[in-house]
Amino acid sequence: MHLKYESFVREPLVDGDKTYHQVTEDIISPIEKKPGRMWYVGFFFSATLLLLGVFSVFWEVYYGIGVWGINRTVGWGWDITNFVWWVGIGHAGTLISAILLLFRQGWRTGVNRAAEAMTIFAVMCAGQFPIFHMGRVWDGFFVLPYPNGRGPLWPNFNSALLWDVFAISTYFTVSLLFWYSGLIPDFATVRDRAKTKLRKRLYGLASFGWTGTAKNWQRHEALSLVLAGLSTPLVLSVHTIVSFDFATSVIPGWHTTIFPPYFVAGAIFSGFAMVQTLLIVCRKILGLEDYITIGHLEAMNKVIVLTGSIVGVAYLTELFMSWYSGVLYEQDAFKWRILGPYWWSYWAMMTCNVVSPQLFWFKKLRRNVPFTFIMSIVVNIGMWFERFVIIVTSLYRDYLPGSWTYYSPTWPEIGFYLGTFGLFFTCFFLFAKYFPVIAVAEIKFVLKTSGDNYKKKMETIDAKSTEEFKHELDHAHH
Amino acid sequence: MAIKKFAVACYDDEEVLFPAVKKVRNSGYKLHDVYTPFPVHGLDQALGLKETDLHVAGFIYGITGTSTAVGFMSWIFCSDWPINFGGKPHWSLPAFIPITFELTVLFAAVGMVLTFCYLNQIMPGVKKHVFHPRQTDDLFVVALEINEHTNEQEVINFLKSTGAVETSVQVAESDWWFGRWDKKEPYELA
Repeated sequence: MHLKYESFVREPLVDGDKTYHQVTEDIISPIEKKPGRMWYVGFFFSATLLLLGVFSVFWEVYYGIGVWGINRTVGWGWDITNFVWWVGIGHAGTLISAILLLFRQGWRTGVNRAAEAMTIFAVMCAGQFPIFHMGRVWDGFFVLPYPNGRGPLWPNFNSALLWDVFAISTYFTVSLLFWYSGLIPDFATVRDRAKTKLRKRLYGLASFGWTGTAKNWQRHEALSLVLAGLSTPLVLSVHTIVSFDFATSVIPGWHTTIFPPYFVAGAIFSGFAMVQTLLIVCRKILGLEDYITIGHLEAMNKVIVLTGSIVGVAYLTELFMSWYSGVLYEQDAFKWRILGPYWWSYWAMMTCNVVSPQLFWFKKLRRNVPFTFIMSIVVNIGMWFERFVIIVTSLYRDYLPGSWTYYSPTWPEIGFYLGTFGLFFTCFFLFAKYFPVIAVAEIKFVLKTSGDNYKKKMETIDAKSTEEFKHELDHAHH
Repeated sequence: MAIKKFAVACYDDEEVLFPAVKKVRNSGYKLHDVYTPFPVHGLDQALGLKETDLHVAGFIYGITGTSTAVGFMSWIFCSDWPINFGGKPHWSLPAFIPITFELTVLFAAVGMVLTFCYLNQIMPGVKKHVFHPRQTDDLFVVALEINEHTNEQEVINFLKSTGAVETSVQVAESDWWFGRWDKKEPYELA
């Protein structure tokens, strides 16, 4: 008898009367069917956006960085704003897959696969911005420390920007490995039930020939645990280092020690919002409501209200510190953020990030799917404005009033940003069609402890007194 | 590479699998392997498998990354091309921490995944015999190695007595080989 089960206080993680086979059937069968009309519409719309992005980037590379709205005062505009925004979004995936694994949070199993995919695609989008911001992108490899004919002349290892190169590329690589190592057994499941030759061949390749022996699984568990242990500090380091891009400079509004934790909290905040946006649509279209339950959405909304509040405290701390520092430049930087020509961005950030997530203190709203969906978009708009506020409204009025300016983006910048949406959603649509969107093996692993039907079977046992239960158990064995 | 004969038992529940594995180990038949659709905790102990040393390998890769990063940056900034950054020391260790950390993680992760693939003998293009197509779905498969002297009926009866829902005798390649998953191997057709 299977006696391990989770407390009844906890909601079941898998709803409905599921067997192992039913789990496979539910998650793998969308891969085997032709996608619906919505999928085609979404995919071609995303691909069109991606083409727009490619054209905008081509324009920028061909004519030079001057086609963007950035100038000598505001050297970082939408490009770096978008970079930080996309990297931040990626963080939720690693948080779910790594940190929640270490904390033994069972609910992560339903959402980790899609969230990790989101991480990888978001980091891919993020990486475009600093690369094309270089201007002479064909010299981009100069950032890498390789023996070269110029001395060799090495990059500056003391620069936060170079740390970023290492952080983002390591983050991308490790996330990809973590994600793919989890996918191997699930690809084997797709392969072994494949009916068509092509599918059998391709998933055979993708599954690396996995058969699932006891020893293989033992190593797989060890690998997942260590990769989770490595990814946890890694994800914190990545946004810390991104915040160093700002904090190690001497620009008023940037030069603050609060930046690393504040950036990490903001990253998780926006990342969870993006996970909500994607999964609310995904669970509906792929019919996975039994696996991504309202309980899952609520758990993520709790993370959103927590990190949103941390971000709110950070904003207020920043304001207080700028006043308390007694430094005129700091004080003015914040005064102009609130009341200057970019006031709208500051107040958009405050409303979307600090005020609106507080509504998630109400359980009814946390469990309301349409409301969660709207909030997830509001939060991402807010977090985009946060990065815009930090970058543009710290730069546009610098130490020298003569060089004060106002920055607005031009069409290639906007097109580039829309293009990364295209890249992100094109990848995500392909993922949703060809990959198991939920980690099949992991769901099976928690099914008997947290599945609805299995938990219900335990209700009678749970109601018995200890003596009664022991008595029955003893007799059952004789 | 060796074509062998196997007696295969499929179980539909891990609670039946555990006592069955115990009986198989005590029976004296040669156990080839056990295949499960998801990690079954305790199965490695039940089979008497050693704990994996993969994490030790990970640690070694990690410190290789650490020393590579520290060594490389120190050599460049102190010896190969020292640059004066506002009179600060050449060997500015705190500034090396971020890259050192990143390379530690990178080396450990990449090294571990490659070691994982090597130990499990998996890579794109590798093919292995699948005893039952549902062993990656909902069946727990135990494969015993038998030979021409084994009484097949006896083995099958024994496996059935352990609670197997499906049994079979298969001739198959016991190791991995390079092949296409959509094609049948000669021994499979025979």
